[in-house]
Amino acid sequence: MEILYAIFIAPFVEMGSYPDLFIQALWDGFVAGTLYGLIALGFVLIFKASGVFNFSQPILVVLAALSLVSFYKMGIPAWISVILVLIMFYVLAWLVERLILRQLVNQDGNILFMSTIGLTFIIIGAAQWIFGGVPNAMIVNELGFPSGSLEWPIFGGGVYFEMIDVSAAVIAVIMIVILAVFFSKTKIGRGLRAVADDHQAALSVGISLNQIWVIVWFVAGIVALVTGIFWGARSDVSFALQIIGFKALPVLIIGGFTSIQGAIIGGLIIGLGEKIFEIYWGPLLGSGVEGWFAYVIALVFLLYRPQGLFGDKLIERV
Amino acid sequence: MFYRETGQFKSKYKEELAAFPLAEDKVGIIILLVIAYVFIPIFGIPGLPFEFTMGAIMIPVFIFTITTLGLNILLGFAGQISLGTGAFMGVGAYSCYKIMTIFPDLNIIICVILSGLVTAVVGMIFGLPSLKIKGFYLIVATLAAQFFLEWAFIRVAWLYNYNDSGGIEGTNKEMFGLIVSGPQSDALTRYFIVLTLLVLLTWLASNVIRGRIGRSWMMIRDMDIAAELIGVRPLTAKLSAFAFSSFYIGISGALMVFFWLGAAEVESFDVSHSFTYLFMVIIGGLGSITGSYMGAALVWVIPVLIKEIGKTVFGFDAFIMENFSIIFLGVAIVVILIVEPHGLARLWQITKQKLRLWPFPY
Repeated sequence: MEILYAIFIAPFVEMGSYPDLFIQALWDGFVAGTLYGLIALGFVLIFKASGVFNFSQPILVVLAALSLVSFYKMGIPAWISVILVLIMFYVLAWLVERLILRQLVNQDGNILFMSTIGLTFIIIGAAQWIFGGVPNAMIVNELGFPSGSLEWPIFGGGVYFEMIDVSAAVIAVIMIVILAVFFSKTKIGRGLRAVADDHQAALSVGISLNQIWVIVWFVAGIVALVTGIFWGARSDVSFALQIIGFKALPVLIIGGFTSIQGAIIGGLIIGLGEKIFEIYWGPLLGSGVEGWFAYVIALVFLLYRPQGLFGDKLIERV
Repeated sequence: MFYRETGQFKSKYKEELAAFPLAEDKVGIIILLVIAYVFIPIFGIPGLPFEFTMGAIMIPVFIFTITTLGLNILLGFAGQISLGTGAFMGVGAYSCYKIMTIFPDLNIIICVILSGLVTAVVGMIFGLPSLKIKGFYLIVATLAAQFFLEWAFIRVAWLYNYNDSGGIEGTNKEMFGLIVSGPQSDALTRYFIVLTLLVLLTWLASNVIRGRIGRSWMMIRDMDIAAELIGVRPLTAKLSAFAFSSFYIGISGALMVFFWLGAAEVESFDVSHSFTYLFMVIIGGLGSITGSYMGAALVWVIPVLIKEIGKTVFGFDAFIMENFSIIFLGVAIVVILIVEPHGLARLWQITKQKLRLWPFPY
């Protein structure tokens, strides 16, 4: 009886009696969710345009954050470092297309997926070699993002909004709008969608597959950079970020592999769900449930909607 | 020149379906067994110190071969992708530890096999989502298993007997008057035990795969809906694949802790290890037992050798060599996928095919 009370009643009582804490938890979950959504967005972009399930997206996030901080430490001004990182990602996108994807055209999706795991290892090794494996603080102030926090007094307590989180949310929204416009209104965006639909048909009307792949990997790199800056601001810049990156997988499951808005909504569901669960139900199990609860949410979704909220419906034929 | 099938006639179906239809293959296996059982224990690998050979190469390679066999059964034969291998090895190790503390007098080999059975049950439970979902989606289910189990290994203190270190460690265990496990055991004794288990498990796997169950796995892998239509039950086929694979992985986890490392913490079972085992399967070749051996050996031995050579010959520090071996592994995967997506096993098959015609290929 007591255990039932602890599961079904006590958490809600707590939510009701300290509404300020509840709102704080919602906000934290919202910010975390936006960032999960951004990582998932990187996956979705590449999956949409090339059918490659790009496992190296989390490590791209780490690479972006790490190289940004390292360039800054070398004495390069913050904004020029950002440009350098972007150039680096363009070169990387070109290399990936030239050395890996082009060689694996027409291979099975599994093989492409595994080649991105190989790429992940190459990047891990190279990044540790060049930039070192020591955790660094992200250069948030140098990039001109506001610091400090806003306090919103409510219900006799207060809810704190870190300025960096606010800017993360704002920039995420801006980026999603830009990407949505880019995908639906520009010529390149239409090309991307055409390639995603059918490689051969796209080729036959004169769309260059290779060029499209470079562009989409570069765009995924930009998304990785933005994600890296804001994750780096929340926790230190280190290879542990990669584990956070895996959380994008449950997000993808919920949102669907091909939907940009799905990535964001999935991210919010995961972020809010795991935060609320951690705070109100976590103590029953001992702490640290954040590590796996996201996957459980995704599993529950999978059992009812295997194609995700916004994914294309699966039709199988023998 | 020596590898010919000319003149070897078969008069019964049974002979056609034998595991090694060619006499040369039989001889080859016997030679390999003799090398493993006699040559290596006596001489070691030429040019390498004996202790290093046993502790850093032979024993881990054999243990990881068992892991790879297990994962290959799941991924290569049944087509169910899993990233929870590391955690399932942990299940094997922790359950072996618990069985050993509950029944201190039980023979350690029986403990290891029991822990494999425990892992099989756990694997079946985490394999349940595979009935509904497949492909990349299954990765998420197995990652859920991975992270949940890692969490459990830290939070459930009962698993490591409430000790302060939070890890598990082996004690000396005797069998027939010999210390076979624990800090005082001889590397050679452990080598023989691991090798024997590996041989037995390989024999078991090859027969199960060639039998009814194995064929149903392959049907599920190739096209599950079609398999279902012609009467393969997905429930039994998928769950038996998960159980069988987890059995192997659990045994290898228990062996890893009690016959090689001596002690272990959660870090030995984390997700990065799951990736390493996945690589062993991919590089070796999906759906091939020989490939499991080659993949495990290559992925384990080459980084060890690179580190060793870099340290002793060139004098690089460990950090650089560590990263270099990671990069090397990544490059090896990409190159193998480009050159031969079916792994070393396929390359070996092509070599054998060429050997049949050598030296006159036309």
